[in-house]
Amino acid sequence: MPDREPRDEESRTRWQNPVAGFGVTFTAMFKKRLTEQYPEYKKPVAPRFHGRHQLNRHPDGLEKCIGCELCAWACPADAIYVEGADNTDEERYSPGERYGRVYQINYARCILCGLCIEACPTRALTMTNEYELADRTRESLIYTKEELLAGLEEGMVDTPHAIFPGMTEQDYYRGQVTEAAPGTVRQVAVSKGERSEDGEEAEPAEKAEGADA
Amino acid sequence: MGIEEKLPSGFLLTTVEQAAGWVRKASVFPATFGLACCAIEMMTTGAGRYDMARFGMEVFRGSPRQADLMIVAGRVSQKMAPVLRQVYDQMPNPKWVISMGVCASSGGMFNNYAIVQGVDHIVPVDIYLPGCPPRPEMLLDAIIKLHRKIQNEKLGVNREQEERLAEEAALKAVPTIEMKGLLR
Repeated sequence: MPDREPRDEESRTRWQNPVAGFGVTFTAMFKKRLTEQYPEYKKPVAPRFHGRHQLNRHPDGLEKCIGCELCAWACPADAIYVEGADNTDEERYSPGERYGRVYQINYARCILCGLCIEACPTRALTMTNEYELADRTRESLIYTKEELLAGLEEGMVDTPHAIFPGMTEQDYYRGQVTEAAPGTVRQVAVSKGERSEDGEEAEPAEKAEGADA
Repeated sequence: MGIEEKLPSGFLLTTVEQAAGWVRKASVFPATFGLACCAIEMMTTGAGRYDMARFGMEVFRGSPRQADLMIVAGRVSQKMAPVLRQVYDQMPNPKWVISMGVCASSGGMFNNYAIVQGVDHIVPVDIYLPGCPPRPEMLLDAIIKLHRKIQNEKLGVNREQEERLAEEAALKAVPTIEMKGLLR
């Protein structure tokens, strides 16, 4: 190639290039910092974020889950284990005929896809925004019904307890029950191995299969 | 009598173990072990937005000899299993393992012959992190939980005894392959 005079552009870039690099550093000093200070400040997630599940209650405290196992059938990862049982008047967990006696979600398998939420016919199963689930053992990642069940709000009585007097299961879904009937008391949970107060021995509860089988 | 009486209790006379744990947890170097989509979230955690450097662990070491922590990010296939074990064996003690994501923790939705049903079949796992994939905050949460564990680790004779007890318990435990129900 024949020798040629360096053009204006080239001669400018020759000394500008190193300085331009420092320019990037310099302007970055005035940029807004992007880093999220996670453990100290937890940025709220999207309102419909798929986090840990929750088993909801009717406004009087009865459980919405009817033990139909549709969530377990919808689950692509086979992470849900449900066992239904019949309600009785002496021990009632949900307004209808059946309730979920055993309810377990294995978070070591659950991919938080939300197909179980779509499958649930009574909106008993929804997802919360909680995501801090890491734990030390696989056993502790299997959440049982006690951990998944929603807390008691005002006007709720813990299950088992009687249905609202004069109401049917349909009335619950129509929103006619807004709180527990006055004087509602908790029944004896015979299926969980509790004994009634008159000393009569409860029939031994069947051990929950699934996790501890 | 001395200065320790004027200070809040446990401040000056902290045990050697606590001091060593504090030093250890403040610079845990992870080995690069990204296997699937979880690795993308792991990279995000290492980058500027979530910034693992705040916990002294931004350097993902390419060589297992310089790493303390293996973040198994993603599904482990049967073919990858011996490689994973070798990388773990090459890491110097003390070493820790986080199984990141449901595939590493239990096989997740891939319940088939190609995927190892949980890395705890191959290496001892300290923290199981669910999620598919877990968001960077979840990984940071797992790392903080691991830090808490490292902080309380024992030294010397106590550590040997703890390891012996853990080994005995592990030999007595039901093998994962024989577990039933959701645990399998």
